[in-house]
Amino acid sequence: MRGRHSRAAAGLLSRFEPMRLTLEAIRSIFLYSQNRLIDLTKMAISRRALLKWSGFGSGVATALFSGRRLLGQTAGHGSAGSPHTIHAMGPVGRVSTEWFNPSAFLRTWNFSHLRPEERSRHYRETRRPDGTYLREYEIAAVDREIEIAPGVYFPAWTYNGQVPGPTLRATEGDRVRVTFVNQGTHPHSIHFHGWHPPEMDGSFPAQQVNPGDRFVYEFDADPFGLHLYHCHTLPLKRHIHKGLYGVFIVDPKTSRPLADEMVMVLNGFDTNFDVDNEVYAVNSIANHYMNEPIRVEVGRLVRMYVVNLTEFDLINSFHLHGMFFDVNRTGTATTSSERTDTIMLCQGERAILETRFRYPGRFMFHAHQSEFAELGWMGAFEATEPNDVG
Amino acid sequence: MSADANVHGPSRLPLWFAALAPIALLVALVALIVRTGPAERLRGENVPPVEQLAVNRAVLNDDGISLSVLNDGPDPVTIAQVTVDDAYWAFKAEPGNVLKHLGRATVRIPYPWVEGDAHLIKLVTSTGATFEHEIPVAVRSPEPSARSLGIFTLIGLYVGVIPVALGLLWWPLVARLKSTGLDVLLALTIGLLVFLLVDALQEGFETANGMAASYQGLALFVAAALGAYLALESFSGWLSRRSHARRTGSHGFILALLVAVGIGLHNLGEGLAIGAAFALGEAALGTLLIIGFTLHNTTEGLAIVAPLSRERPSIASLARLGLIGGAPTIAGAWIGGLVYSPVLAVAFLGFGAGAIAQVIAQISKQMAGETTVIERFASAPILAGLLAGFGVMYATGLMVG
Repeated sequence: MRGRHSRAAAGLLSRFEPMRLTLEAIRSIFLYSQNRLIDLTKMAISRRALLKWSGFGSGVATALFSGRRLLGQTAGHGSAGSPHTIHAMGPVGRVSTEWFNPSAFLRTWNFSHLRPEERSRHYRETRRPDGTYLREYEIAAVDREIEIAPGVYFPAWTYNGQVPGPTLRATEGDRVRVTFVNQGTHPHSIHFHGWHPPEMDGSFPAQQVNPGDRFVYEFDADPFGLHLYHCHTLPLKRHIHKGLYGVFIVDPKTSRPLADEMVMVLNGFDTNFDVDNEVYAVNSIANHYMNEPIRVEVGRLVRMYVVNLTEFDLINSFHLHGMFFDVNRTGTATTSSERTDTIMLCQGERAILETRFRYPGRFMFHAHQSEFAELGWMGAFEATEPNDVG
Repeated sequence: MSADANVHGPSRLPLWFAALAPIALLVALVALIVRTGPAERLRGENVPPVEQLAVNRAVLNDDGISLSVLNDGPDPVTIAQVTVDDAYWAFKAEPGNVLKHLGRATVRIPYPWVEGDAHLIKLVTSTGATFEHEIPVAVRSPEPSARSLGIFTLIGLYVGVIPVALGLLWWPLVARLKSTGLDVLLALTIGLLVFLLVDALQEGFETANGMAASYQGLALFVAAALGAYLALESFSGWLSRRSHARRTGSHGFILALLVAVGIGLHNLGEGLAIGAAFALGEAALGTLLIIGFTLHNTTEGLAIVAPLSRERPSIASLARLGLIGGAPTIAGAWIGGLVYSPVLAVAFLGFGAGAIAQVIAQISKQMAGETTVIERFASAPILAGLLAGFGVMYATGLMVG
C-alpha cells in the first residue's frame, strides 16, 4: 500500500513525517513493554508473526535510528547495513595436532605411521602357508580429553587415545586377531561389522569387557569392503558418540587399482550433552581440511573410504565441488553403481568414492546439510599437476 | 567479688577490640577455608568446572553483533567458539576470552544479521558447554546521539507526560463532587494504583528472574521497593511537618504530590521498559496499542487530581504535578534505550512498586480517618470504586497487552 501513494499524497504525508514516525515507534513498543522486559528466551513466535503480519515490520527502528526514511521505500526491510564479511565464517584459531593429526590419519592404516619397533607393539602380520596373513592388533580403550575445535575440549572415550580409532586393514581371507584391553572407567567392547561367529560380536551384556579386563576378538576378514567397528556397550548412543569407533577396511583378493587412498570418518560431537552435535567434522577436528587442504595430483586416481559415524542425526552426506565421483556402496563390489557429486549416508553406512581431479586448484568438499558444514564439516582438496608435487 | 567481675568484666575490653576481634577471626577462618579447600576435597580432582555465562546486552550495528557477557558462576570460563544460527563464526572477545568469577567481556561478532529475522547466538566454552542468547527480532540498536535522545524524549512525552496531563483536566469535575462521590473517586484511584502495583511486581519478578544469578535480582527488587516505600514515608512526614510549621499547603496538596511522585517513579520504570524494548529490538506494532497506552496513563492523571477536590490548585501547580508524574517516563526511556542494564531495570521497577505501595497506604489512611481502613472500605460505593479502578486498568491493559 505504501508503494502506491501518489506524489501529492506523499508530499502531504511527509509534513506529518516526524509525528508519524513517532507514532509508529510508540506502536512498536507497547506490546513488548506490557509483557516482559528481559526474558528473551520466552519471546514467542506470535510476536514475530504479528510484526510480519502488520506489514511494515521492523523498518521503524531503522528509519528512526539510521536516519533513513520510510517514505519512498516500498517497505522497511532491505539491507540493514549489517556486515557482509562472509569470510569471517568458521571456528576461530587452530587445534593442536600434536597428539592427533587428521592430515596424517587420512593415509594411515595398520599403524603405518609408527616406526617399526613401536608399530610392532600394536600390530604384527604373519604370512600363513596359504598366502593369507594373520594380522594381530592391540587395542586399548582409554579415556582422553580431545580438542575438536580450537579451544573446545571433549571428554572422549577412545580406542588407543584417538578419535576415530586406528584404521585396521586386511585382505579378504586374512585372519584378524584383536586383543582388546579396557583401560577406561566404564565397560566397553569392540563390535566389528563383517562375517563372524556370534561370540565375537561384542554386543550382548555378557560380552562386555569390564575396566581392567581384556578380550581377544578373532575372525576371518570377510567380505571385502569398507566396514567399521565400534563399542556396543549400553547406553549405545553414548558409547559411540563419546568416540569409540573406527574404520575396518577389507581389500579384495585381487587388489583394487593403485590409487591415492584416504580414510574419511564423518563424525560429530555433542559437547554439552543435549543429544545434538555442537561440532561436526570429517576425522574429528572442525574445519581441519579447510586450514590444511588435502593435497592430490591432477589425473591420478583418488579413492576415498567414507564412513558415517555421526550420532543423533539420521543422515550425513558428502559433496565434492566441481567434480563427480564413482560410488561403491559398502565397497562390496568391484564396480561402481552410480556417478554423482553428492551421496547420502545413514548412521553406520559407508561408501568407497573414486575420482580423478581434472583441474588444478582448490576444491571444497562438505556435508550438503549446510548446518553440518557451518558447524565444522567442511574441507578442501588442493590439486596440483604431477610435476609440481614435491 | 565474682558478681563485680561479671558486671565490669566485658567493659574492660577496649571498644575497638570488641568490634574488630570477630572480624579478625572471620578473616582467619576464610584464610583457613581457602587453604584447606574443603569443597575441592569433596569434589575430588578432574571434576568439570561449574560454568555460567549471562548475556546482559546485545548491540546490533554495522559491525555486526556485540554481546556484553558476564561470568556469574564460581569458576573461570573460557569462551572458545561462537556460533550464530548454528554456524561457527569469527569473533573477538575484549579484553579477553577468559572470564573470571564476575568477569566481563564484550564479544564482537562480524555477522551479517538480517533485519527483522531472529538470531540465536551460542557461546561455546572450552569444556563444550553452551550458553545461548536469542535476538528475537533483529533491528539496529539505537546509539546515543542528539537525534535518538530527541526521539526518546518525544516518546516519553507521548506516552507519559501528555496522557497524565490530560487526566489532570478532570480537576474541575473532581472539585464539584460531593463527599460520597469523592470517596468513590479516591477508591477508584486506589483501584488504579493496586493494578499498577501488581503490574510492577510482576515485571520486577520477571526481570529479576531473567538476570544473572549473582545479581540476586529478587533481593535487589525487594530492597529497592522497601527503600522507596520508607523514603516516601519520611518524605510525606517531612512535608506535613513543614506545612504545619509554615501554615501553608494542605493535606490534599501533600497527598497529590505523593501520588505524583509515586506515579512518577512508576513511569520511570515504564519508560525504561519502553526504551529497552527499542534497544533490544523487541518492537511490535498495532494501532490499538497506542490508544490503550494513552487511556492507561490518562487514568494516572486522574489519580493525581483526586486528592485536590477541596483545594484551589493553580494551573502552574497542576502542571508541576503533571510533570512530576509524567516526565520521568522520558528519563526512563533515555536510560532504557541507551544505557540499558538489567540491574537498573530491576532497581527502577522496585522503586516504582515501593512508591505505589506507599501512596496506596497513604490514601487509604486519609480516607479511613478515625476508623480502620477495613471498616471504611466495607461500603458498597467504595467497593464499587475500587473494583471500577481495577477494572478500568484491566480493560485498558487488555488493549496494550
